[in-house]
Amino acid sequence: MSTRDTELPAAPTKSFEWGPFLRTNGGLVALAVILIFNILVTPNFLQMQTLFVNISQVATIAIVAMGMTLVIATGGIDLSVGAIMALSGALAPLIFLSEFGQAYPALGITAAILVPLIAAMACGLFNGILVANLKVQPIIATLILFISGRGIAQVLTNGNLQTFSNPSFSYLGTGKVLGLPFQGWLALGIACVLFLVMTRTTFGRYVLAIGGNERAAELSGGPVKRVKIGVYMICGVLSGLAGLIVVAINSASDAARNGNLMELDAIAAAVVGGALLQGGRAPIFGAIIGAVIIQLVKYTLLANGVEDEVALIAKAIIILAAVYVQQARKE
Amino acid sequence: MATLLNMSGIDKAFAGVSALSGASLDIAPGEVHALIGQNGAGKSTLIKILTGVYRRDGGTVQFNGADSVISSPRGAQEAGIATIYQELNLVPLRSVTENVMMGYEPKRFGVLINWKEAHRRTREILTQFGIDIDVRAPLGSFSTAIQQLVAIARAVSLDARLVIMDEPTSSLDASEVSVLFGVVKSLRDAGVSVLYVSHFLDELFEICDRVTTMRDGRTVDCRDIAGTTKLDLIAGMLGRDPDDIEQAGMTEFGASSADVDKGAVLLKAEGVSTGPRLTGFDMVLHRGEIIGLGGLLGAGRTEAARAIFGVDRLVQGQIDVNGFGAAPDTPAAAISAGFGYLTEDRKAEGIIPDMSVRENLTLALLPKLTKNGQIDRAREREVVAHYIKALGIKTANMEQPIRELSGGNQQKVLLARWLAIDPDVLILDEPTRGVDVGAKREIQAIIRDSVAKGVGVLLISSEFEEIVEGADKIIVLNEGRIITELTNPGITEDTLVRALAQTEGQAA
Repeated sequence: MSTRDTELPAAPTKSFEWGPFLRTNGGLVALAVILIFNILVTPNFLQMQTLFVNISQVATIAIVAMGMTLVIATGGIDLSVGAIMALSGALAPLIFLSEFGQAYPALGITAAILVPLIAAMACGLFNGILVANLKVQPIIATLILFISGRGIAQVLTNGNLQTFSNPSFSYLGTGKVLGLPFQGWLALGIACVLFLVMTRTTFGRYVLAIGGNERAAELSGGPVKRVKIGVYMICGVLSGLAGLIVVAINSASDAARNGNLMELDAIAAAVVGGALLQGGRAPIFGAIIGAVIIQLVKYTLLANGVEDEVALIAKAIIILAAVYVQQARKE
Repeated sequence: MATLLNMSGIDKAFAGVSALSGASLDIAPGEVHALIGQNGAGKSTLIKILTGVYRRDGGTVQFNGADSVISSPRGAQEAGIATIYQELNLVPLRSVTENVMMGYEPKRFGVLINWKEAHRRTREILTQFGIDIDVRAPLGSFSTAIQQLVAIARAVSLDARLVIMDEPTSSLDASEVSVLFGVVKSLRDAGVSVLYVSHFLDELFEICDRVTTMRDGRTVDCRDIAGTTKLDLIAGMLGRDPDDIEQAGMTEFGASSADVDKGAVLLKAEGVSTGPRLTGFDMVLHRGEIIGLGGLLGAGRTEAARAIFGVDRLVQGQIDVNGFGAAPDTPAAAISAGFGYLTEDRKAEGIIPDMSVRENLTLALLPKLTKNGQIDRAREREVVAHYIKALGIKTANMEQPIRELSGGNQQKVLLARWLAIDPDVLILDEPTRGVDVGAKREIQAIIRDSVAKGVGVLLISSEFEEIVEGADKIIVLNEGRIITELTNPGITEDTLVRALAQTEGQAA
């Protein structure tokens, strides 16, 4: 409730207010703090090698976190991303190591990338139908694949570690473009596409409308079910892609570990990046910043000889801080 | 006269924009005091300062003879100020007792809740208000009116000296309102003061002692309600001369489209039923016609609107649209058939609070603004700019989040959402509810203009003058069935009330 008269006395000029600034730019500030800390403390931080390692590791988190951001923007959540990574990662070597794949290498590689992505998309479709058509709570709906997806992947591979040597497939995880990891560029490209989708297309507008007020979106003619299914499918495909990248980096597929705990990293990155869990906001580049923050914290602690378990606690503190800032933003 | 509350010279600004300047409020012990003003006049801000939600920039607040040190809603409650909000802040799934006693449960051994005692006390409190219900049942199983009374009972049980009611009757029907008024009167008799905020001016004459009028963040008037007319109050809120308003009529519909000849049939409903709340509904809507749906709350008016718009599935009957034959079975289908539906509940079914005015306004138009999945943003801005200007929507710019707008301006944005699709049929459910007097007249004028352009309107309104002056024909509903039809010219508030009274008689 405010009047907007122009003749009212002007506001007294105040000194710079830190509170609101931190609330809107918290992510960037945190990133800057971590970078400065590293430059001062961590040995050999300002080296090409450090950048390289971090980019190649952060790309998968960022890719999944962007899909998660879309799902969260509709007011949902997707717990199955890690399991989908394992599934798609298990499928790829099965295909290019098969007789068909060996006989026709080019076709084999293409199929080894496309088939897992299609399978991942089907997983997303399954999640989407449960949530949109059958009205299952997203956390329960995606719990189904969270539990069974990794199981399926392990059954497919008999629980074995699949190792391989396939340079063209490994390009996904080890290739370089302009001296930087291929998957980094891939993540950036996806971010640009999704950003345009969210800001320029009807689909993007409906995603935000559904998260903001689903009843209103539906009564205004929004295709609520199709859009919801759509975001879960996008999230599925991006998870599948991340699964392939992890396999490509390692030249090995381990269905038990691929994407393990990724759902937590992805949710954390989305939230740190500014996504609201009740929906209605989809900061795509925020998700990338969130992923970078989480990756850098992990790296900082490891590089300074802090144990892995402590890194987990640090991650929890970051999430806590991000949620706190969000609450403050809501008044 | 002794005073319970004295606020004077209150100033408050948000981000440099003044919301209150020198506002004042004076309430005596045991009086029912009305606070009125247009949306944006500063009523809510003043109340929030009183209850510690906001901090004042200047001025003094004295409560109960001492300087008030209230700095939080909890503090206000402890000081004896209870607020009954428009949206009840109770827990529907928990029992009535739990809701009434929440935070003040009687304890055994200091930790365990003494349920027997809690139920007994709750029953005792509710009986004082003439409410006799099962206190163990979940609160949500009772009507809104009962829930509201429970909220009031809770407030009073906490020894409130002042009860603030914000639009308490907006979701009550006539009989529930009279129960509420009974409670308000018994509060007054018990020496409790009530600050009563409402857009329904008629109510004020029934229960209030004095009325304070606010306009543009200032208190412009405070007087005894006896000897005041409704016209005086409206004039005070608008800052206009009473005589001008009298000449222009109470609504903007006056001298409506009586001489416009009715065009083609737009919509024909025959024997439409969607369940017990709507059975055997018939209607024919022509171009350039306004059909009013009359009836009390729960009579089936909103259900009729939902059936036509494809929200509720028909179990019987058919709806002919423009000769298409088939009824739309989803809102999306209804929209592409040229229907618009302004819902009754602006907050729950209308606005998307965090989205901008622009995005809210073009939501229904999106399919038409899209080429290959891409929104034509230049055209979008054009449309939005057009409607902001045409409807006089007060917004800083089209990117302002809609939640920051006043109720009347939010409603105008939603109206524009439907006008933008260039509809044939507009279903308007309480288009001016919770909207201040000025915006109300503007909205009525907008409706009149689009009818003149050939739109057929289905108008649902609890404000009799609106429906009586606006509609060409009124279909009166009761308990989901059509009772009678009235045709203009010739309808007066009196005939409508009599028709409704008859339905009450028949139902009994």
